[in-house]
This record gives sequence, structure tokens and C-alpha cells, in this order.
Amino acid sequence: MEFLSPSTWEEALAAKSGRPEAVPITGGTDVMVELNFDRRRPGALLDLSRLPEPAQWRAEGGHLRLGAAVTYTAIVEHLAGHAPALAQAARSVASPQIRNRGSVGGNLGSASPAGDCHPPLVAAGAEVELASVRGVRRVPAREFYLGPGSSVREADELISAVLVPAPAGPQQFSKIGTRNAMVIAVASFCLVLDAGARTVGTGIGSAGPRPLRSPEAEAFLAAEFDWEGGAEPSEAAARHFGALVAAAAEPIDDVRGTAAYRRHALAVMARRAWVWCAADYRKGAR
Amino acid sequence: MRVAFTVNGEDMAAEDVWPGESLLYVLRERLGLPGSKNACEQGECGSCTVYLDGVTVCACMVAAGQAAGRAVRTVEGLAASGGAGPAPDSRLSSVQEAFVEAGAVQCGFCTPGLVVQADDLLARTVRAGGPAPGDAEIREALAGNLCRCTGYEKIIEAVRTAAEHEERAVRRGGAR
Ligand SMILES: Cc1cc2nc3c(=O)[nH]c(=O)nc-3n(C[C@H](O)[C@H](O)[C@H](O)COP(=O)(O)OP(=O)(O)OC[C@H]3O[C@@H](n4cnc5c(N)ncnc54)[C@H](O)[C@@H]3O)c2cc1C
Ligand code: FES
Ligand code: FES
Repeated sequence: MEFLSPSTWEEALAAKSGRPEAVPITGGTDVMVELNFDRRRPGALLDLSRLPEPAQWRAEGGHLRLGAAVTYTAIVEHLAGHAPALAQAARSVASPQIRNRGSVGGNLGSASPAGDCHPPLVAAGAEVELASVRGVRRVPAREFYLGPGSSVREADELISAVLVPAPAGPQQFSKIGTRNAMVIAVASFCLVLDAGARTVGTGIGSAGPRPLRSPEAEAFLAAEFDWEGGAEPSEAAARHFGALVAAAAEPIDDVRGTAAYRRHALAVMARRAWVWCAADYRKGAR
Repeated sequence: MRVAFTVNGEDMAAEDVWPGESLLYVLRERLGLPGSKNACEQGECGSCTVYLDGVTVCACMVAAGQAAGRAVRTVEGLAASGGAGPAPDSRLSSVQEAFVEAGAVQCGFCTPGLVVQADDLLARTVRAGGPAPGDAEIREALAGNLCRCTGYEKIIEAVRTAAEHEERAVRRGGAR
């Protein structure tokens, strides 16, 4: 095995192009588990942890440009105002030590259906920036994931950044697991409201082969939400919203939970997300 | 490959490192620093917690090459630092002193990781001039450190005690 340690982003792209089988490593919190347990023996590791560009973030042109290597700790500490739902999700990841290393780029690179970044990125309509020596392209998060561990990223591409639209209304992320820390989601849900455009985004995690959304639930809530006053939903409307979200999931039974439980949990989280978003809306998060 | 970095302020280098090897393996098996424990090798238990450039990480989740040129601080590096603990002339850090005092150690396997992670909590709170962390904050900070023996109560108590000692020291304008 070789350890490739580029010192510039251009070198990293060239290295990935020359050795497409090289495995990028950023925080290492997924890669090292596979190496330690002999699940993977790549020909080369490509260390991205020394590069300045992917470790940076900045607000520009109506969105947050978040470098792929920005850690969960940095997102929680600095970016809650720029990407509230993503920051909520980041706070729910693992433990402080893992949050100090783990990155959004690594979460996207692994493309686990349970990854906590995915529902906020899908719900907010974020874009994933992919770079190679051939050039740079931006893919909507909603089209990035193909299945467990697989995405539209080509073998010679690196994830350089994600672009998260600036918040224009309340956002809520919630996650069900067996304890508060160190838990892979049994199911997760994210709701993002755009008070200007009066549109709604949803993101469903850990309840399908890839992160999902519910266009039906989004259309329903966009029509039903009280955009004037942020009134509490009626019981019936909230239940219907929850049912639409649950219906969009494609869950399976596995060690962490049953498909039926996941649908139930999603319906509950969706209802609560509406109630919480309405409360935030009344408080002025528009 | 050869990997060189500083450990507890000292320049160190390991030879013949396999590129997929973890920082934890290098520390324990190549540099003779067994303080950081290997219990899970999957980031779940926190017993391998070390500082990497001042930030606590699970050493089992860091590729050795990622640590090259960086500063690593292990539990071995805390002891000599002395501290504002209950016995001021002790060579142990205040957190270590408090663990002894509170009886927060049973089998001891989780202790090094907890001590480093608790040290970091105090560095970010009382040592930075802030208030002593409450129980919820302590539990949150230690959520990635598993202990199979103590039931955590004595550990929380130890961190609380260390925080109080350090807070007093800071107010006195003490060394740290
Ligand atoms: C104990 C523990 C608990 C965890 N808990 C959670 C949790 O609660 N929620 C959650 O979502 N995840 C969790 N994870 C998984 C992991 O922490 C996250 O997926 C994290 O975001 C990975 O980021 P990283 O930088 O460490 O990735 P790495 O391990 O460095 O990389 C992960 C994958 O992405 C690829 N990659 C990395 N960077 C790039 C890039 N720039 N371009 C292209 N590919 C890239 C790598 O090749 C690899 O395939 C946990 C892991 C551990 C060990
Ligand atoms: S050995 Fe590293 S976290 Fe358990
Ligand atoms: S004292 Fe035995 S694991 Fe904590």
C-alpha cells in the first residue's frame, strides 16, 4: 500500500486521476474502521487532511460554500446560522472525538443511507461539488446518491465542497436512535422551509437504499403551512403530512429496526418537525 | 514508510510503518507508549483518545501518515504537567489526581482516554476562564468514552472535582 500525501488541491486531483483506485482519506472515521478490520486493502491512501482548500468555508452568493473536509465540530461551533439543519445533524453525530475528525465530504464519500448529513443536504436543496483534472461540476444532493455506498462520483473525482443555500425559514433535523450519543440513525428526518418562495424541502435518512425526499409531503405542506402567522397545524393535517413522509420511505428490516418501526418513527418526526418549524416561524425565523 | 512527529513535546520517528497503520498502533507498538489503550479499533470506545494538534481524536481512527509533522499529546504527557489538583506537589494532572481521589478507576482500561478527554473539557472551560462545566456538559463531553466497570458516577464526580480545583486555581491566578 502507498500513502499519497499531496500538499495542494491540484496535486490531489492529479494523484486521483493517475490512481483512480486510491482511497481518499479525510477524517478517517470510516476509512480506518475498514482498514483496522481488514475489510479493505486499497493499493493507496490519498490523504486530503493537509490541504487548505477543503478545510475552508465561506458564505458567498446566497449560499454557504462548505469545504469537504470541514469537521462536524467546526460546523456545530461556527455554522449553525448558515446551515441550521446541517448543524443540528452534525451535533448528533457520534462523539466529540469523532466530530473533531469526521467531515461532510467523508459522509458523502461513504454515501451510507444512514449518514446524518444527507437529509439536511437533500431537504435544503444543496449541491455537491465534484472536481477532477477534467474540470468541476455541481450535482444536486437530491441526485448525488445512487444506493448504499454508491453515488454519481466518478473514480477520478474528489468531492471539493457542498453548497448549502442560505436559510430562508425554519429548519429542523431529528434522528431516532438507541441513545443520544454514538448512534447510527434508525431513521432520520429533515424539514426545511423557505418563507420567501413558500416552498418546503424534506429529507429522509436511514429508511431506504439512499437518502430520499417526499415531493408529495412537500407539496402538501407548502399548501397547508400558515405562511402568514405560522399557526400550529391541525391534528389531522399533521397526521396526513406524517403519513405522506412515511409513505415515501423505502425501509427494510435490519439489526437497527424494522421497516414498520422506521415508517412509524418517520411519521412522528415529520409531525413534530412541522410543529417545531411553526413555532420557530412564529418566533420570527422567516 | 517513515513517520515523524512530536509526542509530548519530543521529536519521535517510527520506521517501517505500514501505510494503513493507525496512529494508535504506532504509539503503542512502535514508540513504546502503551498509555493510549486499544479496545475497539473502531472509534466507539474512546480509550485511545489523544490530542492531535491540540484537538482530541481517537488515535485508532487516524492514519499514521496523517500525523506526520504534527504534535501528538498522549496521557503519558499529562502526568508530568503537574496541576492544580488536590495535592499541588503531585506530578499527576488535576484530572488524574481527581480520578484517584474519587475512586473513578476500576479495571482502568478506559481511564487514559477519559483523562485526556476530561482534560480537554477543562481546557475549553475553566482553563479558558469560563465557568466549571455542569453535569450535562461533562456527560456530553465524555459521551464517546465507554466504561464497562464504574457506572460513570465516580468519573463524573472526579471531573467535577478537577474542574472545581482548576477553577479555584484560575481565580487565584494560579499556574494554569
Ligand atoms: C464511532 C463512530 C460513530 C459514527 N457515528 C456516525 C453518526 O452518528 N452519523 C454519521 O453520519 N456517521 C457516523 N459515523 C461515520 C463517519 O464518522 C462519518 O461518515 C464521517 O462523516 C466520515 O467523515 P471522514 O472525514 O472521517 O471520512 P473518511 O473516513 O476519511 O472517508 C469516508 C469515505 O469518503 C471518502 N472520501 C473522504 N473524503 C473525500 C473527498 N473529499 N472526496 C471523495 N471521497 C472522499 C473516503 O475514501 C471514504 O470512502 C461514525 C463513525 C464512527 C467511527
Ligand atoms: S480503540 Fe480507538 S476508540 Fe476504541
Ligand atoms: S474502569 Fe474498567 S472500563 Fe472503566
